[in-house]
Amino acid sequence: MSADLTVTAERRAVTSASGSAPDKDWVIVTREVTRQYEMGGEIVRALRGVDLAVRRNEYVAIMGPSGSGKSTLMNLIGCLDTPSSGEYWLNGLQVSKMSDDALAQVRNKEIGFVFQTFNLLPRATALQNVELPLVYAGISSAERKRRASAALDKVQLASRMTHKPNELSGGQRQRVAIARALVNEPSILLADEPTGNLDSQTSEEIMRVFEGLADQGQTVIMVTHEPDIAAHARRVVVLRDGLTASDDSGDVFRSRLGRGH
Amino acid sequence: MPLFEAVLLALQTIRTQKLKSFFTMIGVCIGVTFLIAVVSIVEGMSRYMEDDLVGKLLAVNTFEVRSRPNVNIGNTTDEMWREYSRRPRLMERDVAPVTAVLPEGILWAPMSSDGGVTATTLTGRPRGVNAVNTSRIYFEIKKMGVTSGRIFSPQEDEVGSLVVVIGKDVKDHFFPTVDPIGKELRLGNLPYTVIGVAESQGSALGMSFDKFVVAPYNSPLRRLTNRQKGVIDAIMVKSPSEAVMLTTMEDVREVMRSVRGLRPGEKDNFVLETSSSALSFFAKIKQYLVLAGVVLPAIGLIVGAIVIMNIMLVAVAERTREIGVRKSLGARRRDIMAQFLVESTTLSIFGAMAGVALGAGLAMAISALTPLPAAVALWSVILAVAVGAGVGIVAGVYPASRASRLDPVVALRSE
Repeated sequence: MSADLTVTAERRAVTSASGSAPDKDWVIVTREVTRQYEMGGEIVRALRGVDLAVRRNEYVAIMGPSGSGKSTLMNLIGCLDTPSSGEYWLNGLQVSKMSDDALAQVRNKEIGFVFQTFNLLPRATALQNVELPLVYAGISSAERKRRASAALDKVQLASRMTHKPNELSGGQRQRVAIARALVNEPSILLADEPTGNLDSQTSEEIMRVFEGLADQGQTVIMVTHEPDIAAHARRVVVLRDGLTASDDSGDVFRSRLGRGH
Repeated sequence: MPLFEAVLLALQTIRTQKLKSFFTMIGVCIGVTFLIAVVSIVEGMSRYMEDDLVGKLLAVNTFEVRSRPNVNIGNTTDEMWREYSRRPRLMERDVAPVTAVLPEGILWAPMSSDGGVTATTLTGRPRGVNAVNTSRIYFEIKKMGVTSGRIFSPQEDEVGSLVVVIGKDVKDHFFPTVDPIGKELRLGNLPYTVIGVAESQGSALGMSFDKFVVAPYNSPLRRLTNRQKGVIDAIMVKSPSEAVMLTTMEDVREVMRSVRGLRPGEKDNFVLETSSSALSFFAKIKQYLVLAGVVLPAIGLIVGAIVIMNIMLVAVAERTREIGVRKSLGARRRDIMAQFLVESTTLSIFGAMAGVALGAGLAMAISALTPLPAAVALWSVILAVAVGAGVGIVAGVYPASRASRLDPVVALRSE
């Protein structure tokens, strides 16, 4: 418990040091980020001031019911969106005030996305899909092929490179997506409901892939509304109504989950 | 994203959506088809006029001093005719002052001709021929060789011997089976000896250029080609280059004006006729035809551009998700913009190329089935492809810019 408290204190220290760049060890630091948008004339306050600090090599699940703001937070962390107020530091860069094109480059270099619906391009082969981030990074064709096939090899899909997405199973598709997310060696792997479209057996398989990656030192952030899936993570942040409701280690979360059942 | 990648991507997209791509291209294709067809026919006509018709009548870098123009392509009004008929004729005594100012290396020949001189032989049926009185230099100016026999010698030229060089049609008529060299041909009741048969000069608009006889200028045939004594039809002057021709023309004009006693400000009452002066009216018509050939297809191209723009807008809407995915993977605005611009441009260029092929085919078909000649001009092909690219870019800008501005969060959420 005391170890947990130290961790919490450290996080609090880094999130409260407004305006200063956090230490290199912190991959993600958000300070009082809010996000509001208009919907049918009403202002929706999706995030009301979230402080989040993630160290390199952490495996974090962000959990919450629908409407809790977890998707909005994921879009912010993924640099697909910018906060209405507050700071967001990604890998020592303040990205909260960047232009669209600068954000695109940050996404390309720092973030690997894995989506619920895989989001593979249907007309492209597995290899071409994995090559895409490298295309936008301006890497030569030969080098792209080499790196993309290596990435597919890592997710045991070396034999499926020329298959199109509709020729692959759901689990295979998601592994192609993981290969695509990792091919640029991003600082964080950002997964949005990665098992939402998969059966439980395949879900377990994908979770094992994530665990393996986390063991190798990859920072993983996973957004989910399923406690069973979140329980695989080593840290679980629960959002409710646009605010952090709890932030515990995986062990604490799992024990609480066990009590709940 | 490099251009090459963008083109590959566009080709891949086009390949997977063949039918849609076909309909996208059709507007540009039709526009370009007509552009190529019309321009080819106009170009063919003009090449025909310049090379086959006027080029045969007036040799390259050659001008003819005449009282009035010999070649009239539809541009002579009644008033002009009346003015022409009041003009004094060109006289044999004008030849000496005109030829005196010609620089070294310039060829000249006096010439009188009449298209309706009757030729006969003892056995053959009489036949009207174009009789020409000129010097042996005429053959050099016209670059006209002989297929058999020879042209007249300087001596024959000098004394005006009763010798003729005949055209291929004349040979075929009077001497279909025998060698005409040394045979007799009667012109104006005088017997002329055939000394040569000229190379075929071809034909234009159904008119043969081989129905002629050429005799030395001083031969008695001159009384038939010009009944008035001392009158001559033309002095032909050939220069080694166009530049020399133009300066020579100025010198000759001054001589002629002083011979004619024209005051400054008075108009020339003679012409220095060149192939381009003979074609000036046709050149004017050609401008209008080319303009029509460009403006009318332009309407088709505008429609084509609107079609492409619409289809690209639909494509952007259909592929919103794809755009979102690409953006999430690091595509910048300009990458998305380039992707859609290259796609619309590629489509449009394909349409233009198909149009070039169809238009050339159409022009060939027209030239094969009608007397209208056609020649596909390289500049029109280049223009068509460039226009195709332009249409694609213009039509693609708006859809591409819309695609590039999509919010990735919204785009990823779309179905």
